Order: sequence, then structure tokens, then C-alpha cells
Amino acid sequence: MKMFRQIGAVTAMNLRSMPQRASTSAVIVIGIAGVVAVLVSVLAMSTGLIRTMENAGRDDRAIVLRNGSIAETSSALDRNSARAVEDGAGIRHNAEGKPILSAESMRILSMRKKEDDAEINVILRGVGPLVTEVRPELKIVAGRMFKPAVTEIIVGKQAQAQFKGLNIGDVVHARAANWTVVGVFETNGDSHESSILTDVETLNSVDQRGAYQSVTVFLESKSAFQKFKDSLMANPTLAVDVIPEREYYRQQSKTMSTIIAVIAYVVGGIMAVGAIFAALNTMYSAVSARLREIATLRALGFGSTAMVMSVLAEAFVLALIGGVIGAVIAWLFFNGNTVSTSGGGMGQLVFALSVDGQLMILGIVWACVIGLLGGLFPAIRAARLPVATALRAV
Amino acid sequence: MKYFGLVWAGLWRKKTRTVFTMISVVIAFLLFGLLQGINQGFGTALSNLDVDRLYVSARTSMTDGMPISYLNRIRGVSGVRAVSMWAYFGGYFREARTPIPAFATDAVELFKVYKEIKIKPEYIEAMAKTRTGVLIGQELATKHGWKVGDRIPIGTSIWTNKDGSNTWQFDVVGTFDASAYGAGFPTFYLNYEYFDEARSFGKGQVHYYIVSVQDPTQADRISHQIDEMFANSTAETRTQTESALAQSQLKQLGDINFIANAIVGAVLFTLLFLTANTMMQSVRERTSELAVLKTLGYSDAKVLALILIEAMILCLFAAMLGIGLAAVVFESPTLQKLFGNFSMPAIVAFMGLGIAVVLAFVSGFPPAWRARQLNIVDALAGR
Repeated sequence: MKMFRQIGAVTAMNLRSMPQRASTSAVIVIGIAGVVAVLVSVLAMSTGLIRTMENAGRDDRAIVLRNGSIAETSSALDRNSARAVEDGAGIRHNAEGKPILSAESMRILSMRKKEDDAEINVILRGVGPLVTEVRPELKIVAGRMFKPAVTEIIVGKQAQAQFKGLNIGDVVHARAANWTVVGVFETNGDSHESSILTDVETLNSVDQRGAYQSVTVFLESKSAFQKFKDSLMANPTLAVDVIPEREYYRQQSKTMSTIIAVIAYVVGGIMAVGAIFAALNTMYSAVSARLREIATLRALGFGSTAMVMSVLAEAFVLALIGGVIGAVIAWLFFNGNTVSTSGGGMGQLVFALSVDGQLMILGIVWACVIGLLGGLFPAIRAARLPVATALRAV
Repeated sequence: MKYFGLVWAGLWRKKTRTVFTMISVVIAFLLFGLLQGINQGFGTALSNLDVDRLYVSARTSMTDGMPISYLNRIRGVSGVRAVSMWAYFGGYFREARTPIPAFATDAVELFKVYKEIKIKPEYIEAMAKTRTGVLIGQELATKHGWKVGDRIPIGTSIWTNKDGSNTWQFDVVGTFDASAYGAGFPTFYLNYEYFDEARSFGKGQVHYYIVSVQDPTQADRISHQIDEMFANSTAETRTQTESALAQSQLKQLGDINFIANAIVGAVLFTLLFLTANTMMQSVRERTSELAVLKTLGYSDAKVLALILIEAMILCLFAAMLGIGLAAVVFESPTLQKLFGNFSMPAIVAFMGLGIAVVLAFVSGFPPAWRARQLNIVDALAGR
């Protein structure tokens, strides 16, 4: 008990005297704030990307691809296969008794970015007539829906914001057709908002293509997936892969989000090592500035544990302040910031950085670990100080 | 030079502090070197690309394809040395998760266009003779354990062959070494003629024509001539130089570049603060020593210079160490593979040293100025 009182007393004294050492203390705070800000904001890219992709998927939807294809771009499903999918078990039916699904195909359009005129790939996706039932999250926010059999398109909100010539009434020139923009849509901020939609039959006939690339089906429930998959697998005329939609989109973003996360940890890790040495420096100088004080306390009978704990506590408090500042900076400047990158064979993808509570806590935990590591050796030095020499030294 | 000992002693007055500061600076410059090096690396890789190679693709999108009939018309353009093509095959080995970068081509012409790629002439001959033959990059062959003479099954989710199967059997007739090109060169080639005959749809479609021109100064004229030739046809073309093409592919990566710069900025700012603090502290501790120097007749300017030089040595040495470390990292095999024969760009090293000088000045000047202004009597009295 006595020890805890000692620790409390010395720590309180340290913290009260901290303003006198403001500039050296600021080294820890700023150093750690830098590390945490970089770590959190780079990781926020990775989580933002994953979130945008995952939002595009729902557990009660499944995507059917030609077997052996990992993405829609490398898949081809002919008409008969697409029709056979309609008979699958577990598909939700609408009021008219039709199975709710959308056979889709896509092509790449080259668009120019508003910002720097760079030429970027954007996806033009042909969707089936029931698309709004398959994707209830799809809402037209301006203009109207495209009509079948005429070359009309609706553009995602993000695509419209990023690329030139996608306002309502604009015409997009592509091979064999000129597409008129008739509407703008939203899909709750998922990856589809970076794409453009049209009627699949129109797109297929313009591209003289006999096949679809994928079929997205709306299932009765999440648990109906296995039933649906089994029924397609049992059909000998079908050679398809059936994947839960959320899983599919997660796979599509995996490479990119892993790369970003690795960059975050490597850069953050190297910076953290630098910050540990900065913290060591600060705490060593904090200890040497207080040599006489520490020696006096020791002479009065304060234990060495109290000394260790007080130095550690000081480092910890400074690190905590730094960590919180870093996390808040990352949140203030980057949360909700949109960036764009190539979405792995998916054309351009716009997504918002997402600095969530979990990430901020991760950053602060890093900060505390850096602080404690940086405080440890100076703390031991403070405890080992020979009292007599230290008293005489100053 | 005679003051060097003095500066040196000042630097090592507090060993741990100097070493720790130095390590932080080294780490900051290591990060700087790595991030800027990679950044510049892309740039250098781009400018190293061949200027006498042109890439013709469909104007609307490279995925649209062009008819094979364009081949002879492009060949007929004056100043064209050789033309080959890529038709996308895709494909995978055993399972979809191990994709193969496979393209159908005309191998004889291909290796005329890509002169830097090393391949034995007999392999090219064998490829011309074997309809089902494939030429494979060394690395890919080693990865899957393929040897010349092997028969390998390649699956595809797009192309059905004449037997109605999605699995194509190929005979490995040779390997090549594309390391001189760097990353991004497709390393699996099948015969276009065989592919076109066997595929059940999309016949006669090619995604890229790769044109080698005799004289690089004519590249512009030839690109325009090619594009004009196919203007107003159903498949208009766009001809780009190799570096323009690579640049536009890099653009697809989007804002990643900005992030790298932001990190470097954050690191350098943190560092500036840290070094400035160390210098400040060290001068403050030495107040009485500096006063003694002045008493001995050192001029104000000399004291200022001593402190500045101390900061300069600290920062420059640490910066060199950090950039040196980054250069060593660049020599690692994985990065070599990514960029081709890549080493730390000299410009990054110079930029780093420049930043180190600025850093030393900004962090060393305030304490040096303080030292210059010291009043001997006050300083000695500890006031």
C-alpha cells in the first residue's frame, strides 16, 4: 500500500512539473502523433476500400459465374445457362411470380477525369429488367431510369462526380453506339456508384454478344444459398460457380486492400521505431533534468519501483496525448475523404476513407506501446541512480 | 579544419542523446528514400521504356479489339520495321486462383519487336513449327515446374475450343528471359493462328498491335498515319508510345501517389521538430562552456559556425546512412523483379541530402543564434 502511495505521489509531482519541460515533452507528443496519424489514415484507406466493396454485396444475394472465373470480366454465360439459373431453388419471386434476378454483362468505357483529364476505365454494366428488385438500394436521384432497346444509360453518383461528360443529356461515344445519359443513381455508397448502368439486352446487341457474364439472384433468405447452389450444381447442363455476393466483392478488393494494409504497417512500423528513439531521448533528458530531485526522493526513502513507475507514467501520459492527437488529426483530415484507385479488374473505384473507432483505438494502443518502450530504459536508469553521486553531481 | 576536434567533442558530449537522435533521423531518411525512390522508380522505369515501340489498340477501349486484317495494313506503313500482336487469352493453371498471363501472338515477329528479350533462336523456330506450342517466361516455367517438351493443360473461362472444352492442351517448346524488360511483360504465348482457328467465337480479333519503328524520330508521324488509316471505320484505333501507355496504366492506380507524399511530409515535419529540440537542449546545457570559448577569444560568428556545423554533421551523416539503407533495400530481389534492373535514383539521394542541409540549418540556427548572442558575464554567472 505504501508503495502505491509513493508511486502516486511521485507521479503527481512529475506530471505537475511537466510544463517546465514542455519543449522536450512535446517531442514525444509530436513524434507519436505523427506515427499514429500516418498509420490510422493509411489503414483507413484499406478499411474504406473493403467497406465500399462489401456494401455492394448482400448475404441474401448470390452471383453466378461461369465455372473457373474469378471475376465477371473473365466469365461468359450463354443464354441457355442464364435461363437455367432461373429454375434454381431458393430464388425469391416477385408478385408476378417471376424469379428476381438480373443477368448482366459489362464493358469498359474510357472516360476522362475532371481533375487531371487522365483517361480512366469505367464500367458500363448491362442489367436485367428486374434490377431494381434485385438491388432495392438502387435509387434514381436525378432524371429517370433508362429505357430498354434504346441506348440510354444512368450513371452512378461517384462516377458523375469524377468524370467529364456524364451530366444528364450528355452523350457518351463508344464503339458502335452513342449512349445518352438520362439519370443519376445512388446505391448507398457502394462500389456500383462508380459505374454506369444500361439495359443488358441493348448492351449485348450493340456489342454483338450472345452471352451474359454473370447472373445476380435475390434469394429467399441467407440460408437459401446452399439450396440454390446445390440445385445449380445438380444441373448437368450448367458449368457454373455460385458465390455469395458479399464474399464475391470481398475477394475482388482483397489484393488492393492487403497491399494498402501492408504499406500501412511497414511504414507505420518504421516510423514507430523512430518515435521510440525520440521518446527515449525525451525521457532520458527528463530523468537527467530531475537528477537531484530523484536522488533527494530516494534519500528520503522512496523506493526504486516508485521511480520506475513515475517515469513510465510520464512517458505513458505523453504518448497517450500524442496518440489521441494523431488519431484525431487522421479523423479530422481524412475521414470521409474520397480517393480513387483501380478496383482490381473492376474499373475505377471511388471510395471514402473510413476512420472508425476501432482504427483510432488501434492507433492509440500503438502510441502507448511506443511510449512505454521509450520510457522503460530511462525509468530503469532513474531507479538505479546511486543516491550519493547524484546528489553531489548537480 | 583545426576546429574539427571541437565540433566532434561537442557532438559526442552526450553520447546516448546524439546516437538516439541520429537513429531517428536515419529512420526518417530511410522512409524518405524508400517512398521517393519507389515514386521516382516508376518514373525512371517509364522513361527507360523503348521509344521506338508503338502500341495500337481500339480507340474506344483496349478491351474492344480490332480485326486481324489491320496487321498487313500497319505493316505496309513506311518506316515500320516489324509488327506483332497480342490477343487476350487469359487462362489459368489447375484452378482459377492461379491465373496465367496468356496471349496469342506471332512469335517470330514478337521477338523482333522486343529485341531486349533473350530467347534461343531454335525455340522461336520450334514455336513456328508446333501449332499447339507455347513459349513461357523462365520464371513462370520454374514456378509451375514446366519444362520444354511438357504438355500442359490451361483452363479458361472465356474461350471454348473446338472440342467444346474449356481446357486447352499446349506443348511447351521454349522459354525466354524477360528480365531486361522489367515487370508487366506477359510471359505466356500461344500461336495466334492456332488460337483463332480453335476458338468458337471472337474470331479474327486482336487487342494490341505492337509496332517497332525504324527511326524513333518518325514515331509521331507513324502513329498519326496508322490512326488516320482506320479513322471512320467500325474499329478506330489509337496509337501510343510505350511510355504513354504505361503512364495511362499507372494513372489507373489513382491517388496512391498523394498518400506517399503525405507520409514523407509527416515524417519530415516530426523529424525537424525532434532534431531542433536536441540541438536546442545541447546548446542550453553548454551555455557556460560556450562562454568560456568566447572568453578565450572566439568571435561570435565563430561560435555560431561551430554550432551550425555540428548540426550539419549530425543531419548529413544520418541522412546518408538512411538513404544508403534504402539503396540496399532496393537491391533486394523482390524489388529488382518489380522494376527491372533498378537502383536508388541519384536524384532522390541528392534531394535527401538537400533536405538534410535544410533540416540542419532550420534546427541548428536558433540555438546557434542563441549561442552567438551569449553575453560572457551573464553566461558564466549562470544567469
